[in-house]
Amino acid sequence: MTALLRTDGLMKAYGGVQALNGATIAVEAGTVAGLIGPNGSGKTTLFNVITGYERPDAGEVWFGDRAITNLAPDKVFAAGIGRTFQLTRIFARLTVLENMLVAAQAKDGPRNLLSWFGRDAWTHHRRHAMELLEFVGIERHADILAGSLSYGQRKLLELAYVLVADPAVILLDEPAGGVNPTLINHITDRIRQLNAEQGTTFLLVEHNMEFVMGLCSTITVLESGKDVVSGPPDIVRTDKRVLDAYLGADLEEDPR
Amino acid sequence: MSDARRRLRAAPGLAPALKGGGLVALIAIAIAFPQVYSNPAVSSYGVLALIYVTAATAWNIFSGNTGYISLGQAVFYGSGAYTMGIAARDWNITGDSVFALLPLCGLVGAAIAIPFGLIALRVKRHTFIVITIAFFFIFQLMAFNFSFTGGSTGLQSPFLNWPSATYNTPFYYIALAFAAGAIAIAWLVRRSRFGLQLRAIRDDEDRARGLGVKAMRVKLSAFLISGTITAMIGAVWFYYINQVEPQTGFDPIFDLTLVLMAFLGGYGSISGPVLGALIIEPLTLWLNTQPQFSGYLSEILLGAIFLIVVLFLPRGIITTGGELITRIRTRGRPAVIPATSVGSSALASGATAASGPSSVSSGGGR
Repeated sequence: MTALLRTDGLMKAYGGVQALNGATIAVEAGTVAGLIGPNGSGKTTLFNVITGYERPDAGEVWFGDRAITNLAPDKVFAAGIGRTFQLTRIFARLTVLENMLVAAQAKDGPRNLLSWFGRDAWTHHRRHAMELLEFVGIERHADILAGSLSYGQRKLLELAYVLVADPAVILLDEPAGGVNPTLINHITDRIRQLNAEQGTTFLLVEHNMEFVMGLCSTITVLESGKDVVSGPPDIVRTDKRVLDAYLGADLEEDPR
Repeated sequence: MSDARRRLRAAPGLAPALKGGGLVALIAIAIAFPQVYSNPAVSSYGVLALIYVTAATAWNIFSGNTGYISLGQAVFYGSGAYTMGIAARDWNITGDSVFALLPLCGLVGAAIAIPFGLIALRVKRHTFIVITIAFFFIFQLMAFNFSFTGGSTGLQSPFLNWPSATYNTPFYYIALAFAAGAIAIAWLVRRSRFGLQLRAIRDDEDRARGLGVKAMRVKLSAFLISGTITAMIGAVWFYYINQVEPQTGFDPIFDLTLVLMAFLGGYGSISGPVLGALIIEPLTLWLNTQPQFSGYLSEILLGAIFLIVVLFLPRGIITTGGELITRIRTRGRPAVIPATSVGSSALASGATAASGPSSVSSGGGR
């Protein structure tokens, strides 16, 4: 198997803080991969670098056999990598359906200026958008402003509009954070379904271990901006370096 | 649920009819105005009000949709006026044919909007505002100091051989055509995918870029449309008042007035800036005719109105009024921000009030 998405030796510093320090990860096509690590280990920075929101100081990002290092966010999205944000980012003063349509136009490719003013091209987007809203379960709210959705519903909306462009890889930043258990199950089911039926590849960051261990086939552990372990959940769970990263290396030797 | 929905949808069927009727009445009043009030003192109110309706609408096409507050619209307004004046002077164009220069003025506005936008639109919010102000002062200084602009004395427009009794009437209809055109463009932008992208940028630009919106291109296009319209109406204004000087063509009060009009009426909506312009401009003109408010006093009063609007009516008459009506209509039901208009708010609150399958009911605090 070849890695669909991989990074190679990514470096990123903010002032004196080395957020990424040679982070190298590989996500196989058609898998659900997890990225875990303590707070401040560089998970979100890694997402930002992959999706073009931050430029790495060094290192490369590969999507299939295409180098996408330093590509702008809209180009990364057009290439087939969608993402959600840790604190959901939706367009609060657009309706839920309009939020979906913003994402829909990315698929249409280049167009002339006049077609920007057309509305007819939206009809099929609208249908597709409604199907996806139904898929995540918020189709009843299509006509209200996205800003009046609850936090959990916003997470679902964000997932739905990332799906509009039918990306090959979806990066999810804490999809289960701040969400109730029922909704977590709902999100898990949707991810499994997309992965099984459409072969969508996922890379997700999550602190909820139960969620990550149950969903992901491979897990990479990041610590201080560097990948320390990568493998199936059972291996990662028992790896000493992982326990060290989470619990502190000196804890057992020096239980103060 | 779906039955209730259909009934709710059918109910506000009266609203579009009322809206359409109101629009027809407004157009009729606008067309009849100079026939009814032929007194030049009154019809000049109409001309200037329509010039400001156009300029405020042009401002709104860019700033209202994107949330980038431009305080540099006078750059376009003055440039349009100067383009008209310089071209008419240097090419010896006189009489009615000067109006053939209007497209050229629009082109100059567009040509200025591109470098202006490419520089200013790289930054957001406060920094953007400051850069637009800086551009404004650069243009005013250039008008003062270049020789082809006529320096501090500015330019006179060539004499128009129109009878003085009805001098205002053709200007009124030219300004009305521009106002109608600007509003039509604003409406087209609003309902298009282009407008949707602009509003997505307003809400979260980085997120929009992450969803494939080419933010710079989209913002610049809106800025260019806005600048083109403003430059053309600036040229009309120059011909109407017969002269332009650096401090009147590139007037800081002009920039602030547009923002005040938009904020008073309702920033972002199409009717808001129109309403604001129709209130503010005649009020300003009237204050200037009153001896007790002469000169700076009327400007102080405008400043006071600005403060009151920002403090107590920050989203304008149209938006706040609409919400008030919604609140009265949906009293006792859960508050939901109306989606598109007052008419659809009943539907929106109905949709949220109904409890969904438990699997999607929301969790977590905001």
